[in-house]
Amino acid sequence: MNIFAAVGRVFLAFLAVTGRVALFAAEAVSHCVRPPIYWLLILKQMLRIGYFSLPVVGLTAFFTGAVLALQIYKGASRYGAESFVPVVVLIGITRELGPVIAGLMVAGRVAAAIAAEIGTMRVTEQIDALTTLSTNPIKYLVTPRLIAAVVSMPILVAIADSIGVYGGYVASTRSLGFNGSVYMNNTMNGLTYDDVSSGLIKAAVFGFIIALMGCYNGFNSKGGAQGVGNATTNAVVAASILILAANFLLTNLLFSR
Amino acid sequence: MSAMAAGGTPKVELRGVKKRFGPKIVLDGVDLSINAGDSLVVIGGSGSGKSVTIKCVLGIIRPDAGSIKVDGEEVTRLRGAKRDAYLRKFGMLFQGGALFDSLPVWENVAFGLIQGRGLSRAKAREIALEKLGKVGLGPEVANLSPAELSGGMQKRVGLARAIAADPEIIFFDEPTTGLDPIMADVINDLIASTVRDLGVTALSITHDIASARKISNRIAMIFKGKIIWDGATKNIDHSGNPYVDQFIHGSAQGPIQMEVRR
Repeated sequence: MNIFAAVGRVFLAFLAVTGRVALFAAEAVSHCVRPPIYWLLILKQMLRIGYFSLPVVGLTAFFTGAVLALQIYKGASRYGAESFVPVVVLIGITRELGPVIAGLMVAGRVAAAIAAEIGTMRVTEQIDALTTLSTNPIKYLVTPRLIAAVVSMPILVAIADSIGVYGGYVASTRSLGFNGSVYMNNTMNGLTYDDVSSGLIKAAVFGFIIALMGCYNGFNSKGGAQGVGNATTNAVVAASILILAANFLLTNLLFSR
Repeated sequence: MSAMAAGGTPKVELRGVKKRFGPKIVLDGVDLSINAGDSLVVIGGSGSGKSVTIKCVLGIIRPDAGSIKVDGEEVTRLRGAKRDAYLRKFGMLFQGGALFDSLPVWENVAFGLIQGRGLSRAKAREIALEKLGKVGLGPEVANLSPAELSGGMQKRVGLARAIAADPEIIFFDEPTTGLDPIMADVINDLIASTVRDLGVTALSITHDIASARKISNRIAMIFKGKIIWDGATKNIDHSGNPYVDQFIHGSAQGPIQMEVRR
């Protein structure tokens, strides 16, 4: 057994998959500007990806914001810096936790659903049927989901940001004895355009990753129920890891702002 | 052979089509020609390359070598809009129906009309109801979801979808698989009458020999990725080919040995 051969094989396989995903993404994106554009499908997917993710994302954002306030208070109070709690919660939520938590929750919810749906369509030959009906399956299935995810994730995260900050407000005023209007004042004064916008840019990228991983894995699933199960797992795992990796890159990129 | 005798260009012509998946050779030089108006059935065992042959013609699978001509035009390299236009000549009935479960029955039938040809929904629905009538389904099923239908009804809806856009060539992939014998015969009758009434060219693949006799005027047998016999349906019992004889009698003894690991 040659260890270099084994390492090389894994590396080449990795490059091959990366290339395939890139080609897949490029084709899907190229259909964004080539008519016909399936507006109705985009709208439907926005409902499924964005609107129906609101409860779960809202709840996680609320609790995350509340916990963040409690923990930061713990640290800040050691230096008598309790008054920084509102602004640190604000930055933490808008720059980091809002997009990442929403991204991971939506990855679990939506990437899995997309992979399972498209994977089932693949193994039941529905994707082949689309082709025989003169409909490009990538244009019909993938592009609308990509557009919907990229558009609805920033909206979802904007809402999650507000709820997260509110979670911090509730925890601070109920458990930590903050004055409500002072807390709000501090928050509003600390609010900057760049904090929010950098989070929303992240959200759009995460949306792209989620839809792409769901679609790619679903599209390439084979072999019946087990194949669809594998595709679903792979979609969620790949989307989550890529979100965290992209988050690191984007944070570096947007840090100067 | 018969194609040349007829004098015209065959409707569909395959020459030396090869396809392998990894080390497994699925098609090993398939030669097949179908004349306009013919109903050809390709018979063969599981894994003999029947489905792959059809998918190559449709361009769902790209053959490694060989030529596929439809109406005399080479189609293996078609892409984009040209391919979409080419695919409009075809209708296909999939083995499991392959109905879109997110859409009601009538939208399944009308799909190619709305998406492929840009018809208005109202007009497409009208045509869909008419085609559903042709396969013996009333308007009451139009708004049902495919999941609410029995296997036989799903096949009928699949057939209605295949003929919805008035194709020139229809493919039937195992049309009777998974149906009880009576429903299978109903579907066979439906296919035979559809092909006759519409004057289309039909290519079916099946391992159901009763179905093959009923819906075809020509039969070809595929074995290990090659066409080993091709002739008129009425001659199938006197093919003189031991492979064909074994297959139509469904015998475990003969030249075809199943690769069963014990």
